[in-house]
Amino acid sequence: MARYFTDEHEWIEIDGDTATVGITDYAQSQLGDIVFVEVPDEGAQLTKGGDAAVVESVKAASDVYSPVTGTVIEGNQQLEEDPALVNTAPEGEGWFFKLTIADASELEGLMDEAGYKDFVAGL
Amino acid sequence: MSVTDETEIAPETARLPLDGWHRARGGRMVEFAGYWMPIQYDGEGGGIVTEHEWTRSQAGLFDVSHMGQLYLSGEGVESALEAVLPIDLATLKHGRPRYSLLLDEAGGVLDDLMVTRWSEGFYLVVNGATKWDDIAHLREHLPDEITISHMDDTALLALQGPQAATALERLVTGDTPLASLTFMTGAAFTLGGADVWISRSGYTGEDGFEISLPAAAAETVATLLCEQPEVRPIGLGARDSLRLEAGLPLYGHDLSTETNPVEADLGFAINKRRRAEGGFIGAENVQAVLAAGAERKRVGLTLTGRAAAREGAEVFAGQERVGIVTSGGFSPTLGHAIAMAYIARPWADEGTALEIAVRGKRLTATVTKMPFVPHKYHRGS
Repeated sequence: MARYFTDEHEWIEIDGDTATVGITDYAQSQLGDIVFVEVPDEGAQLTKGGDAAVVESVKAASDVYSPVTGTVIEGNQQLEEDPALVNTAPEGEGWFFKLTIADASELEGLMDEAGYKDFVAGL
Repeated sequence: MSVTDETEIAPETARLPLDGWHRARGGRMVEFAGYWMPIQYDGEGGGIVTEHEWTRSQAGLFDVSHMGQLYLSGEGVESALEAVLPIDLATLKHGRPRYSLLLDEAGGVLDDLMVTRWSEGFYLVVNGATKWDDIAHLREHLPDEITISHMDDTALLALQGPQAATALERLVTGDTPLASLTFMTGAAFTLGGADVWISRSGYTGEDGFEISLPAAAAETVATLLCEQPEVRPIGLGARDSLRLEAGLPLYGHDLSTETNPVEADLGFAINKRRRAEGGFIGAENVQAVLAAGAERKRVGLTLTGRAAAREGAEVFAGQERVGIVTSGGFSPTLGHAIAMAYIARPWADEGTALEIAVRGKRLTATVTKMPFVPHKYHRGS
C-alpha cells in the first residue's frame, strides 16, 4: 500500500480505490497535547484541500484538510474517546478518516515518504 | 492542516535573562509580549497537559521576567499613587502586595497590577505587553517629585504548586521563616547567594511564591530550584490553562479599555472608602456603573464536551446573542472545556444554560461560579 503526504502535514494511505487519512508525527509534535478531535461523518463529501476535520490542542484549534476528493466511509470514533491517540500513534491508530477516492489523478503531486522527510527538514 | 492562531514574529523580539536556560532545557520558544518565551518544554515531563498536572500536584517554576517591575518613590508617593489607582494604601501594610487596576478616564482597564508597600515606596508588577504604556501613563499622571524606577535588571520567577513551600524552604534564609508568609504577604530573603524579594502569591490558584531577583542571579536560582525533586520548569501554555481554571483574568483578553472593573467582576479591588471618596482616574465612571449596576458581567462557562470555545466566540440564549467569550480552552483538571465570557446581566446568573457558536455549531454551556478549580492559597491557620 502506498502512502503519500501533503505540504499541510496530512498523510494518506491508498488501498485500491479507498484511502485512510491522518496527520503526521511532525504535525502532532508541533501541536502538542491533543485534547479534542472532530472527524467527518460517514457519507460526507470532501474536496481536495477542503476542510475535513478539526484537531485541538490545549492552545489552538487547527483544520485538517482532505488530501483528495472523495466520500467518507468512516471517521475514527476512537478519537472522540481518546484524542491523545493522535499524539501517541499519529500515523497508525490515530488515523482520522477513511474515504473513497473520486479521482486517483489527484494523488499526483503529493509527496512520498522521502519527499516529505526532506520537506520537513527544510522547515 | 493548519494552525489557526500562529503568532506573528516581530523582528525586534527581545531575549530575557533565562533565554539560554530555557532553550538548553528544551523550551519551545514563541514570541510573547515582545520577548522569546517558552510555551512548553520538550522531552520528559514536558507538554502543556503534563506541565499543568505537575503544577497542580508538585511545584512548577515559571519565568515571568517579561513582566514590568517598577519602584515608585519620593515625597508624597502614597497620596500621588492613590490619585492614579483605585487602591486604598492606608490599609496596606509593609511587605503586603495588593491587586489593583490602572484605569483610563472612562474607567476602562489599561492594565491590572500588584502593588506592594516597601519601606520607602511602592513596588509594582505590571503586565509585560503593557509595561511601556503603563510607565508613560504613570509618568504623565504622577507629579515630578515621584521617581519611577523601571527595575529592568531584575528577573521574576513564580514557584507554584502544593510542594512549592517544601522546595523553597530548603533554599532560603531570612529574618523571618518562609513558613511565616501567608497568602498575599512578602519579605526579603537570600536565595542561591542573591538578595531576593519573595511574596506568597501567584497566578495558578495554587499555594506558591513569586520571587523578584537580580537578573544576574536568575540562571543560578532557576537551576537550584529545578534541582529540587518537586520542581520542574513550566511554560506559558500551562500558565494560561492554570489561570483559566483558577478564574483569573488575563489582560488583553478578559480585560481591556473596553471593560470596566465592575463588569469584569473586579469590584473587590476598589474598597468602600475609594468607592465613596473617588479621587482616582476613572472614578466618575466607575462610581456611575457601581450605582446603576453593570449591564454585563464576566462569568465562567462550563462546556459539556472537550471541544473548546475560544476568544471571540459568540454566546447565545436561543436566537439572542447575549455575550462573547474572552478566554477558553480545555481544562486538564476537569477533563472538559471551560471559558470566561462577558454575558448580558439577565443571563449571567449561575446555572443559566447558554449556547456558544463554534465552527457553525452550537456548543452547550452553563454559567458557572469561578474558580472552576478551587483555590488552595495558604491563608494560615
